[in-house]
Amino acid sequence: MKEKKAKRIVYRSEREMPLMVISVGSQTHNLTGAWRNIRPEIDLEKCLKCGICWKFCPEPAIEIVDERPVVDYDYCKGCGICAEECPAKCIVMAEERK
Amino acid sequence: MKKDKKMTLTLPAEELMSPGHLACQGCGATLAMRYMLKALGQRTVLCIPACCWAVIDGPYPYSCLDAPIYHCAFETAASTATGVKAGLEMTGDTETTVVAWAGDGGTFDIGIQALSGAAERNDDIIYVCYDNEAYMNTGIQRSSATPYGAWTTTTPVKHFKDRPKKDIVAIMAAHRIPYIATASVSHPEDFVKKMKKAKAIKGTRFFHVFAPCPTGWKSRPDDSVKLARLAVQNAYFPLFEIEDGEKVTINLKLKEKKPVADYIRLQGRFRHLSEAHIAAIQDEVDARWARLLKSC
Repeated sequence: MKEKKAKRIVYRSEREMPLMVISVGSQTHNLTGAWRNIRPEIDLEKCLKCGICWKFCPEPAIEIVDERPVVDYDYCKGCGICAEECPAKCIVMAEERK
Repeated sequence: MKKDKKMTLTLPAEELMSPGHLACQGCGATLAMRYMLKALGQRTVLCIPACCWAVIDGPYPYSCLDAPIYHCAFETAASTATGVKAGLEMTGDTETTVVAWAGDGGTFDIGIQALSGAAERNDDIIYVCYDNEAYMNTGIQRSSATPYGAWTTTTPVKHFKDRPKKDIVAIMAAHRIPYIATASVSHPEDFVKKMKKAKAIKGTRFFHVFAPCPTGWKSRPDDSVKLARLAVQNAYFPLFEIEDGEKVTINLKLKEKKPVADYIRLQGRFRHLSEAHIAAIQDEVDARWARLLKSC
């Protein structure tokens, strides 16, 4: 998960700009986690290992690490689809801590 | 956690969309893109006209997709894709899939002549229309995909849209193209299966994908997938495929349809509708479902 994080590449002038769009996740410098008001918290005790939260994450900010869902809070926008869709109801949307 | 159970993922694990994109919370269009790239793999070229995805992707030169993107003019998604495919074939590349990825405005209204032309020539492209039922990117204006009764900024509550949605699938079926399918973000396995099937077919392939938009529909962001599922379960947006313009296969046969009111009441854009209006929508949905059952 860690190697995904990219620094924003800043171009001083238009001439330095590449002719092609840089691919391979160059947008990951944009930490959208700051948009969030409520945060998903997964209770792994109740987890059924169905992968539904991973399947329906629109970011995708939920990753499967060692067969467990892990939320990447740098990018999670707090939409709450995972909590709504979880069949075991083991994801709770909690108030964001300051 | 149950130790003995092994996790089985129902979708391909390969992720070609990275986080950090600019979509609203609970966006259905991002889910659609994620599933499509999972199905098609990295050898894909995307042609995106002005639509939500022209913004979601990120400002130049950054991108959240691991596939090349061609941003084209609003009306030219299908013709750009045709050109890209022709160019690739000239260089001897017949493997790469070319996808035109447009919203409902760029398909139903503005892009329909280019799409009709490409379908008539049977160019070897996949055209995906993700349908959020209005011009969401420019500020929720009415499009011809907006359903009856919906509020938009150009059809305010006093003068809400009084015409039904355009039947784009019937229009495309009339072109006799090899493959047409509808898909919903709530049924990703079905979507990925159809996309993989379409990848193997040669000719114009058309996808109509239902993508809820919490911003424009005035619904809760966490209800996006639920709304898409309800729309499938009440036959508001049935899942089916049409081969060669004739052979209709319904993928999800509904034994019992849910009432449309459950779906309508979750959305702020339908808040002004009375019971009589909802009954009219229910009648229209029933008639459309009966017509679909008759055609297969």
